[in-house]
Amino acid sequence: MRHLLTLRETSAIDIRYLLDTAETLKEILARPVKKVPTLRGRAMITLFYENSTRTRTSFELAAKFMSAEAINIAVAQSSVAKGESLKDSLLTLQALKADCIVMRHSVSGTPEFAAELLKHTSIVNAGDGRHEHPTQGLLDMLTMREIKGRLEGLEVAIVGDIAHSRVARSNIWGLTKMGAKVRLVGPRTLLPPDADRLPVKVYDNLAKGLDGADVVNVLRLQTERMERGLLPSLREYSRLFGISPQSLKYAAPDALVLHPGPMNRGVEISADVADGKFGIHAAIEEQVTNGIAVRMATLYALMGVSSDSEG
Amino acid sequence: MSDSQNDSDDVVQVMDSDDIRRALTRIAHEVVEKNHGAQNIVLVGILTRGAPLAERLSKLLFQIENIPVPVGKLDIGLYRDDYGTSRSPISLAPSDIPVDITGKTIVLVDEVMFTGRTVRAAIAALLDMGRPANIQLAVLLDRGHRELPIRADFVGKNLPTSRNEYIQVRLKEIDGEDRVVIRKAKGDAQ
Repeated sequence: MRHLLTLRETSAIDIRYLLDTAETLKEILARPVKKVPTLRGRAMITLFYENSTRTRTSFELAAKFMSAEAINIAVAQSSVAKGESLKDSLLTLQALKADCIVMRHSVSGTPEFAAELLKHTSIVNAGDGRHEHPTQGLLDMLTMREIKGRLEGLEVAIVGDIAHSRVARSNIWGLTKMGAKVRLVGPRTLLPPDADRLPVKVYDNLAKGLDGADVVNVLRLQTERMERGLLPSLREYSRLFGISPQSLKYAAPDALVLHPGPMNRGVEISADVADGKFGIHAAIEEQVTNGIAVRMATLYALMGVSSDSEG
Repeated sequence: MSDSQNDSDDVVQVMDSDDIRRALTRIAHEVVEKNHGAQNIVLVGILTRGAPLAERLSKLLFQIENIPVPVGKLDIGLYRDDYGTSRSPISLAPSDIPVDITGKTIVLVDEVMFTGRTVRAAIAALLDMGRPANIQLAVLLDRGHRELPIRADFVGKNLPTSRNEYIQVRLKEIDGEDRVVIRKAKGDAQ
């Protein structure tokens, strides 16, 4: 692997390799001294054109725990603010000898552009528009596999604002490649227009969509969507599609609840579910920890390829 | 002595299952003798084939000293000195050392000692996990060609080799049989 751009274009073999490697590397996070020397002398630069705290911090810690140098470009204060083009920014970071650029951009497909442009630097997509967020997909899958013991045959319901969600897309492609079955559940206005071309079942009714689900992956309701008239009110959304101890009864008895964060408690997920009350199995903090592990695995996989050995 | 079970003429058996058993038994006695018992010892097998050898040594130590000696397994993938030189990164396996190694006498166990680079990586890995009182090294075979100033404390068999020979240790737990063969690398065979 030279880049991690999408899970759609990552093979099942590579996905399994990344998950297995992440599972192994997770042990380092339990040590009193969380550091291995493997990526000594390598540099990762994060280039985020959109806000992010957890993803960027997670990548930075992943690099540091593996002994790589981690540098963050604050785009708002950088030469981008002086009008530098994306192309020139990327070429500059390559010339600064970055081994890997982790990028987030509001325009879908930007990481592919970067990967085609740069010959000596690996690109990791940390979220591009509504397109994909592959490491989030991987950490969701790692958490499911860890807790459910498998991905194959797992019934996974993705609930909420799917149309605008790159997390949903990475989940869909990654999970179906690994043999899980995916359903999308949400109001019609928030379901993707191309849903019929995705390998999923689609429900606009929560009870039907959750029926027998082993995993319920709850997406953040991006409240800015409301202003565009896609939702009548938060209260109605919460009543019809919010995940609460009551609505969770439609799912399988030991259903696992995930949420990529940040959560709107009381909107798409109730506080009782988020906190795992009443024996509900929510693994939202575990997802965050697993996020570091999959990013360590990603950096290990990409930086471990000698740059002469592949074009 | 040609090996009849293999179709290649370049394979020679150098240890059979009795030889392996006797070598491990002697190593177990030497470990006890050097450490005046087995109280503070943790056996750590380097994956893959060091792990079953460490298990066997633990059983032998129990027979000799009547003390259960903890056994761990160690993957050295993250500590190799050749990361980034191959086409694809090396697969990692989970390490599992069930006890705190700080203050313990660690006996590292590997099947073949060659350049010493694996042992160097294993020592680095252990030191990241704690501060053992000391680290000793037990190997079933020492084939020479050291590239680092590292030596084994316990050696099952010294086996002078040329660099283009390949030592294959086969163990019941992994390969279904106990034996050690030496073979010429494919490019040099004939």
